[in-house]
Amino acid sequence: MALSRLSLRSNNPFLKPTATSLPPSTRRHVSTDTTPITIETAAPFTSHQCDAPSRSVSTSSAEILSFFRDMARMRRMEIAADSLYKAKMIRGFCHLYDGQEALAVGMEAAITRRDAIITSYRDHCTFLGRGGELVDAFSELMGRKRGCSDGKGGSMHFYKKDASFYGGHGIVGAQIPLGCGLAFAQKYSKEENVTFVLYGDGAANQGQLFEALNIAALWDLPAILVCENNHYGMGTATWRSAKSPAYFKRGDYVPGLKVDGMDVLAVKQACKFAKEHALKNGPIILEMDTYRYHGHSMSDPGSTYRTRDEVSGVRQVRDPIERVRKLLLSHDIATEKELKDMEKEVRKEVDDAVAQAKECPTPEASELFTNMYVKDCGVESFGADRKELKVTLP
Amino acid sequence: MAARIHGGAGAGAATALSTFNPKKLVAPSRTNLPAARSSKRCIVAAAGSDASKSLRVGHSQKLIANAAVATKAETSATTGTGHELLLFEALQEGLEEEMDRDPHVCVMGEDVGHYGGSYKVTKGLADKFGDLRVLDTPICENAFTGMGIGAAMTGLRPVIEGMNMGFLLLAFNQISNNCGMLHYTSGGQFTIPVVIRGPGGVGRQLGAEHSQRLESYFQSIPGIQMVACSTPYNAKGLMKAAIRSENPVILFEHVLLYNLKEKIPDEEYICNLEEAEMVRPGEHITILTYSRMRYHVMQAAKTLVNKGYDPEVIDIRSLKPFDLYTIGNSVKKTHRVLIVEECMRTGGIGASLTAAINENFHDYLDAPVMCLSSQDVPTPYAGTLEEWTVVQPAQIVTAVEQLCQ
Repeated sequence: MALSRLSLRSNNPFLKPTATSLPPSTRRHVSTDTTPITIETAAPFTSHQCDAPSRSVSTSSAEILSFFRDMARMRRMEIAADSLYKAKMIRGFCHLYDGQEALAVGMEAAITRRDAIITSYRDHCTFLGRGGELVDAFSELMGRKRGCSDGKGGSMHFYKKDASFYGGHGIVGAQIPLGCGLAFAQKYSKEENVTFVLYGDGAANQGQLFEALNIAALWDLPAILVCENNHYGMGTATWRSAKSPAYFKRGDYVPGLKVDGMDVLAVKQACKFAKEHALKNGPIILEMDTYRYHGHSMSDPGSTYRTRDEVSGVRQVRDPIERVRKLLLSHDIATEKELKDMEKEVRKEVDDAVAQAKECPTPEASELFTNMYVKDCGVESFGADRKELKVTLP
Repeated sequence: MAARIHGGAGAGAATALSTFNPKKLVAPSRTNLPAARSSKRCIVAAAGSDASKSLRVGHSQKLIANAAVATKAETSATTGTGHELLLFEALQEGLEEEMDRDPHVCVMGEDVGHYGGSYKVTKGLADKFGDLRVLDTPICENAFTGMGIGAAMTGLRPVIEGMNMGFLLLAFNQISNNCGMLHYTSGGQFTIPVVIRGPGGVGRQLGAEHSQRLESYFQSIPGIQMVACSTPYNAKGLMKAAIRSENPVILFEHVLLYNLKEKIPDEEYICNLEEAEMVRPGEHITILTYSRMRYHVMQAAKTLVNKGYDPEVIDIRSLKPFDLYTIGNSVKKTHRVLIVEECMRTGGIGASLTAAINENFHDYLDAPVMCLSSQDVPTPYAGTLEEWTVVQPAQIVTAVEQLCQ
């Protein structure tokens, strides 16, 4: 394993703990060294119609530490959402992402905020990865006005326009043509950005995926289709729903890459590779082999179609946060205690956000009718003599 | 009384009301009419000998064949010079002007580019604007409608063409969930300024699947606007307005109306998306219609005028939302409403309009709102049968006579 052991304790300005209520004496100095280090991914990439990227990922201590922190925050948020749902503060559907955090975090590390991401209903952590605030997420989940969609969207409709996060879609697979539309707009405006279109193994059987793939490949759109293969489409395992479960090969004429989705560095490498590829050669499919610990949603116990042993087995062997913890410890980037403290900080962060969100008001009754139309009807219209004519509806 | 058709959009509504002079003519007012609320619906035997024929339109009688096709609509262009063109050319002109004006406007659909469009609405645009702005898509309505919506989320203004409106049923999910609702569910973050347009309607013996009227299916999608054009003047005006609107707009065209010829102004103009058009002001009865049925109504109006009736004809144009202002003023004046539409009887635009008028203007009605719609059948291929699925002028005359007895 090629790596360089560096002196990892430094006095450089450090990541300020986000919980500002901690007294100065307990602030930890952890490594923020940004010197590049190279780490090999645990598993090789499998490719289809293209050359696989190298297994050596360029990263840095600071980055790996940020991976840990971000993933821990996402994990805590999902667990908090679980409790809130059981306490009936979150209603309707709630699809949790815990177990799949490496995907959201690794993707962010490889791209910019100008690259677009669009995903399905399992969008809480993607929203967070795009720079969304915990308070906005919890407010939206609890239907408060402070929420990212003003409380009118709910769990499945998180959006963040300024960070190019296009949601948040309830209908399986419907976001795929939308994502190709985003890529089309990027090509039309001649920006050097790409769109990541995320969908699941269940959605991979939708016709609109293949329709959109055809168009994307035909017009060389910078679209990267990412199949988050967590092996279950709600209650149906992939071997029961797909004749060909090699989702990265389904593009046929479109190149594909199979990635270990629980390894955040592999995800980062793959996304980086995909972005370069898409800008030059058009669409590419990434199949991320990942796993969700919760059921499909909070209404699904997740144990009727898989054994508890399977779930705990994955948790022991492949958990993305544990992997990064081991990496940090083995490379001496942080000590056990520091990581535990970081987790405590994150936990407090999340708890504070939940408390803050609980205080937020629900939307006013008049909000029922806002944002139906832009400018609530009425385009300036005029006759040939340029007289402005507007009709006021009663 | 000569039929006056106002060619100017919107001006009609204002001028019609201003010329109403209650003292001037002997119009049957509310008090004059006999037992208005009786449920008796006998057919009044009219004086003229042609009346009985019109009540019983046998197959032997020549039906008014496709009155809408190639009829020169009488129009008064608001300024002296203008240029004459066909409806599809008017649509093209509007589209081209908007594409010149705003580089974000693009067109996507099947065979819109190199082929020039199946109804020639986009002819010549691909040569002028290039392949990226006039996109020939593969046959995948769901995907390219979704693509248009996704592109609109970032700020482009696509004009999505369904080669036939019926094909857009394949894209219903995208239109309903993403097009209509994204502005709302994102808390106002995203606007979807798309225009979805295409021909629909009955008339060219295209068969059941290609003669659909989708306005009835789309009308309850929250967040979209629907308009139907009927003349070259309003086709161009509505096309331009729809493209400039920040809301998603569905523009319904009609297969039989593409070759209508009219003189339209040279100067730039835009029609109001939410406004109805006063086609012929009158006193006795309000006839609400849109798209092709406007011409059947006007044909019937000629007959009615000869018989002494004075119908007020309004082309509602805006199918969602309804222009209840214009409609309401008309109902308050005439107290009788007849709706003539091409939608199916069940759940069509007429059904919604009937409900809206009954709810809002019940006190002003002297007779129940009558709605003439197409039959609830798949459109047959045979010419004579196809004619009978839609409302014919003779039926309109009968209905007016019934309502105005």
